Amino acid sequence: MQQEISFVEIAVIGGGPAGLCAALEAANAGARVVLLDRQDRLGGQLVKQTHRFFGSRSHRASERGINIAAELTGQVISHPLIEALTGATVFGFYEDGVLGVEQEGKVFYLKPSRVIVATGASEKTLAFPNNDLPGIYGAGAVQTLVNVYGILPGKRVLMVGAGNIGVIVTYQLLQAGMDVAAIVEAAPRIGAYWVHAAKVRRAGVPIHTSHTIKRAYGGREVEGAVIWQLDEQGQPVPGTEKDFAVDTICLSVGLSPLVELLAQAGCRLAYVPQLGGHVPFRDANLQTTVPGVYVAGDAAGVEEASAAMMEGALAGLHAAYSLGYSQTGYEARRAELQHQLDSLRSGPVGEKIRTGLTRVLVE
Amino acid sequence: MDDKTIVCRCEDVTLEEVREAIAGGARTLDEIKRLKRCGMGPCQGRTCRPLIAGEIARLTGQDQANLALPTFRPPAIPLKLGTLARGGAKNEQA
Repeated sequence: MQQEISFVEIAVIGGGPAGLCAALEAANAGARVVLLDRQDRLGGQLVKQTHRFFGSRSHRASERGINIAAELTGQVISHPLIEALTGATVFGFYEDGVLGVEQEGKVFYLKPSRVIVATGASEKTLAFPNNDLPGIYGAGAVQTLVNVYGILPGKRVLMVGAGNIGVIVTYQLLQAGMDVAAIVEAAPRIGAYWVHAAKVRRAGVPIHTSHTIKRAYGGREVEGAVIWQLDEQGQPVPGTEKDFAVDTICLSVGLSPLVELLAQAGCRLAYVPQLGGHVPFRDANLQTTVPGVYVAGDAAGVEEASAAMMEGALAGLHAAYSLGYSQTGYEARRAELQHQLDSLRSGPVGEKIRTGLTRVLVE
Repeated sequence: MDDKTIVCRCEDVTLEEVREAIAGGARTLDEIKRLKRCGMGPCQGRTCRPLIAGEIARLTGQDQANLALPTFRPPAIPLKLGTLARGGAKNEQA
């Protein structure tokens, strides 16, 4: 058995918004980059975001995720210093800094001088009776089915979760011709931007705040769902049940950062609910407690794609700089990226993120 | 059909089984993993881990922030032994 290790300057794990921007920023500074993504195409979750980005005007507002993905992917693929590998899954981050990669049934090993982990997040789910019936999906899975493959998951859906993803997916399902019975939200307030929530309310979809799903029912697949009200302590109130005949239940109850590789690398992690779960400590350059290992995007804390792109760029810039590239102009570029990221997180919308970051930001 | 609440879809572990383990003295994610196999399937705990952590915290009165993560070992994804055994290099031709 022959095990060869390829030495590379910078490896970027994950080709979503954070990873694409990390690769581009590092390569534009002159570093050689290997970008690894387990999917068959680059872009991560951007490829299924058919809606216009909302929020800050400073970066990418009113553009559609799918178009941003196409633009960044085009730049990455044509960049002479970037080698982009798709269908390539990093299965291990070993103590000596070696990455194990599986691609098309073969394995190979990389020893990068710098690693940027931009692995994103996975969908959270809920424990309720019969949650294993066919017809119960995560909102991300529904978005993939509908927006990438053009397949409707059913005829009538109950959406669980009124954050941005839940409300945007609801609107997309309405546009695609599905009937939406209701949106259920455990919190007393709608989490989504009001402009999105107002759209689905105008379309006639009721939003039940302080409610959660009690159980699903059905024989071989979902035939309906029962919801009930939550009191001020978050405890369900018997007698408040409402029954919806639906063939689909869509769970949009948050994302959890994918930090397994960071944990394997030995990065110090902390549980920060505002950032979605366990996330690594990092400095302002997105470097973790393991020198040379960076984090960016949802793996660093669940946030919007625009922030992921800025974090990726900051990590890519510093990784290249630390290898001796981009010695002139570094400070100005860093300040510009940091300013854009700070402005994305300013105001009341960014408060939760800012609070969470104080827990894991180190000097 | 009977109502059942699945916590770990990969290994078909129910909420009742997780509560049994906690009632039996299990206090960490790793202990429950060893007793019930949840987190040892194809998704490697990405789905069940937050649910089980919440359950341990709720039933034992611990702060979820103080619960240790389970140990993550390579491989992080299902990988065929044959693939691993064959080895290879990055630019090797098939």
